[in-house]
Amino acid sequence: MLQDKDRIFTNLYGFHSPDLDAARRRGAWDGTKFLIDQGRDWVVDEMKKSGLRGRGGAGFPTGLKWSFMPKKSDGRPHYLVVNADESEPGTCKDREIMRHDPHLLIEGCLLASFGMGAHACYVYLRGEYIAERIALQRAIDEAYEAKLVGKDNVHGWPFDIYVHHGAGAYICGEETALLESLEGKKGMPRLKPPFPANVGLYGCPTTVNNVESIAVAGAILRRGAAWFSGLGRPNNVGTKLFCVSGHVNKPCNVEEEMGITFRELIDKHCGGIRGGWDNLLAVIPGGSSVPLVPAEQIADAYMDFDTLRGLQSGLGTAAVIVMDKSTDIVRAIARISYFYKHESCGQCTPCREGTGWMWRVLSRMAEGRAQKREIDMLLDVSKQVEGHTICALGDAAAWPVQGLIRHFRHEIEKRIDDYAANPHSDPVPVAAE
Amino acid sequence: MTKIIVDGIEIEVPAEYTLLQACEQAGAEIPRFCYHERLSIAGNCRMCLVEIKGAPKPVASCAWGVRDCRPGPNGEPPEISTKSATVKKAREGVMEFLLINHPLDCPICDQGGECDLQDQAMAYGVDSTRFHENKRAVEDKYIGPLVQTWMNRCIHCTRCIRFVTEVAGVPDLGAIGRGEDMEITSYLEKAMSSELQSNVTDLCPVGALTSKPYAYNARPWELTKTESVDVMDAVGSAIRVDSRGREVMRVLPRVNEAINEEWISDKTRHIADGLRRQRLDRPYIRENGKLRAASWPEAFAAIAKAVSAAKPDRIGAIAGDLAAVEEMFALKSLMDALGVKNLDARQDGTVLDPAHGRASYVFNPTIEGIEDADAILIVGSNPRLEASLVNVRIRKRWRMAPLPIGVIGEKVDLTYDYAHLGAGPDTLAEIVSGKHSFAKALKAAERPLIIVGQGALTRADSAAILALAAKAAKAFGAVAEDWNGFGVLHTAASRVGALDLGFVPGEGGLDAKAMAAAGALDVLFLLGADEIDVAPGAFVTYQGTHGDRGAHRADVILPGATYTEKSGLYVNTEGRVQLANRAAFPPGEAREDWAVLRALSDALGSRLPFDNLAQLREKLVAAHPHFAEIDAIAQADGAAALAALAKLPGKPLNEPFASPVTDFYLTNPIARASTVMAECSALASGARREAAE
Repeated sequence: MLQDKDRIFTNLYGFHSPDLDAARRRGAWDGTKFLIDQGRDWVVDEMKKSGLRGRGGAGFPTGLKWSFMPKKSDGRPHYLVVNADESEPGTCKDREIMRHDPHLLIEGCLLASFGMGAHACYVYLRGEYIAERIALQRAIDEAYEAKLVGKDNVHGWPFDIYVHHGAGAYICGEETALLESLEGKKGMPRLKPPFPANVGLYGCPTTVNNVESIAVAGAILRRGAAWFSGLGRPNNVGTKLFCVSGHVNKPCNVEEEMGITFRELIDKHCGGIRGGWDNLLAVIPGGSSVPLVPAEQIADAYMDFDTLRGLQSGLGTAAVIVMDKSTDIVRAIARISYFYKHESCGQCTPCREGTGWMWRVLSRMAEGRAQKREIDMLLDVSKQVEGHTICALGDAAAWPVQGLIRHFRHEIEKRIDDYAANPHSDPVPVAAE
Repeated sequence: MTKIIVDGIEIEVPAEYTLLQACEQAGAEIPRFCYHERLSIAGNCRMCLVEIKGAPKPVASCAWGVRDCRPGPNGEPPEISTKSATVKKAREGVMEFLLINHPLDCPICDQGGECDLQDQAMAYGVDSTRFHENKRAVEDKYIGPLVQTWMNRCIHCTRCIRFVTEVAGVPDLGAIGRGEDMEITSYLEKAMSSELQSNVTDLCPVGALTSKPYAYNARPWELTKTESVDVMDAVGSAIRVDSRGREVMRVLPRVNEAINEEWISDKTRHIADGLRRQRLDRPYIRENGKLRAASWPEAFAAIAKAVSAAKPDRIGAIAGDLAAVEEMFALKSLMDALGVKNLDARQDGTVLDPAHGRASYVFNPTIEGIEDADAILIVGSNPRLEASLVNVRIRKRWRMAPLPIGVIGEKVDLTYDYAHLGAGPDTLAEIVSGKHSFAKALKAAERPLIIVGQGALTRADSAAILALAAKAAKAFGAVAEDWNGFGVLHTAASRVGALDLGFVPGEGGLDAKAMAAAGALDVLFLLGADEIDVAPGAFVTYQGTHGDRGAHRADVILPGATYTEKSGLYVNTEGRVQLANRAAFPPGEAREDWAVLRALSDALGSRLPFDNLAQLREKLVAAHPHFAEIDAIAQADGAAALAALAKLPGKPLNEPFASPVTDFYLTNPIARASTVMAECSALASGARREAAE
């Protein structure tokens, strides 16, 4: 359990003012100049040593990612792009940072940009985040006014930060689609390689980071890599914002140590499962794109990247969606499937065609209007989508379906049996006269 | 060079190769839909997936570079597998996805028999479907009179979009919607505005975009394919003429890297119906002001009567824009035998003359050479309409790297950015004198290219303009050891061949304009010359293919053969000699033109010394050896030609240049007989009117 002294987001719930003075009293912008004076290599090294893994879902080591940027510019500018297109269903952590602790993010942007030799940073904000845009912009204006950022700021590293408001497409949270969108094009993922660190925004070296990864950078550098890596479990260190939603008594956002057990997370912060632990059916531990984990496997599992991968799921964005036994699990996954069908960009074949197919089969299965052999077919189709697409949306669409079939095949079969035992004839189509 | 192992075969390929190219070099066949050599890489069909040893998932070989592959742990070359079970499974999966929403209408689809999806489904498809939902239905779109859409069949490879934006250079096609609702459309369903739009029907790997005029006309396996060259403009695009029986069904492009790569213009492609309409299929004689059908002997007798009554200096011959070298040679031989000096093939009155040397009238830099140019000056030409595929090359060069392009002439959309320097000769003079700012760009260029169009060469002051252009070429070093950047852009397919033959007035002879004037001649031979108005008075013999302007004026009509109905040599604007092959036969009593002239020479009592095409060509090559070198460009002395041109007399007038091609779709008698071209023309002029309002 995380102690209060180790908390990074001390105004997560907005109990205090988000403005600059208040943020400074909470520790933001404290000694930033000193950190920058340590030099670029020190910043990147310290981040590497801290063991921070990207908070956007994939869990790629942040320091390592920063180190991929060219050490010396070949004439092209470097860019930092902050991915604030927080659209993964169940996830609502970045919006709290931008609303209540925006200065942590801005300071992180400055430090990260310095670490990568970037003089400009773009924050790509989700289209629906109106209040967040206003809050973040206000904070940026404050920072400019206080000369904390800008061309001739007090830190001696010329730095500009821009907020770009997206149009609300889920796919624009994929880093290369985000860059396309930022360039004013259609948000369709690019082919990789080349990776953004080499050819990114406007063809220049670019790093795309999640809001949370950037917002914790200031605290890590101030308090030292050792402090951060001392929290949590090996290879899964530090603190993490968990967004717990669904059938718990008190859904909440909470900053916790990585590797807290699921049971502790729910009991301490969320008032337990609705109807008690026996009523728990399954949990989607990392946002809608990761496979669900049934109750008996998740209850005492550590909430970290490696443990959850061992359970054939993932920590993702740590958006924990809890489902009790009142949940129609097939319908729930069918709904998630619809989401991916709706958000597929349509660029590459498996995702464009496969997501719709999976959704249609699943929605029949939710009613039981299917054949049992179609379960295996569905699994096969999801395997045909997974790993064959340009970006990870194909995988994200396939995994929930695979998770469902892996753990709840009996539920689908029962549904089909029930339907077959009580057949309702399909409505006779009537001509539209 | 990098070592790479493909299916166990170790090969060496350049590091910048993609895996697809490397695999092909190793002999492995990679299926693909979206990938096309001449378009940007989209990587969206996912059909070309291959396995890289050590990679967690298969990669799209079209988009993955050889240099992106990591070597093995001990430095072994990367290993690619194109035939493994994983790859096969992945491709079968993609194929299944492509087919689930693709209609099963192959029996009524025009693409049937030449469909990539059909072909690849043979290798990667399964016999039955597992998809039991409703198939997607997509509304068909109107995108013009040439391309029919069947949007249910679309597999979203985006080749058409990429072609239209990258090669054709118009923003006419795009995709709207996302996911499975993505649709290819021209947004407002207006006709595409490119003169190259029909190429999308070739690019479309399925039957989503098919040829509208050719719809339901034939199946590919019924057609006889004849390789030939196009005569709609002076570019000489490589084409394949598909015929069934006597009829030309369609025209398709052939690959010729030196000229058209693999594109052709809409006029080249959709001319086919013009080959059937308005044809002259028997001789005619004008009696009492009306044409009546006649036999060949009757027609020849009428001509003989007129010729015998006329003195040689009152006889003349004009060759038209579509004439092959052979018939012009035959006509010239016949006129020489009759002692006639009034010869001309320059209906438009261009000042180009073989006397100044071959380099003075051909497109010296060559079309492929445009890619090497580092500054371009276009004088009095609208290459987009006059030579669409030259324009494509200029655009291609412009896309490769920044390129200063200056245009003196009309300010039109050429699909690339250019500086409009001025409208008339005074701007050219300013550039020659070095006062104009664009002169700096030309001066700085190592390989400047100066394109002189017919818009500058068919005027009263053209000799002076040509001299100015030559001076410009000299001043900016356009002619050097290994580069000749002085290029004359022709619009008539026959023109360079005619100039090579010397089909121009002999000493004291009249030129085309003078011949057509009232009272100039007693007898005038028109060899397919339809772009000139002949004044009343002279006895006119029209030998040609279509009931067009020349036939209306004629006193005797001799029916000839179009370019698809005869074997003939054509020399394109670069001076490249090319052979057009016969794909069909002329209709009715019409004959190949050289044979008509040979028969006529008999009737006129001065028999030409050849009895078949081979003998004619023998004589032709004896007189002009370079015609023997098919597909080659004879060397010409660029510096001497420039020096000769620079001496041309005259003073330029202050009049703006205007392109001779005002209606791209109706530039020759075949096109004017085509209903498809008429529709395109009406649409284009409608669009122009709309824009002017």
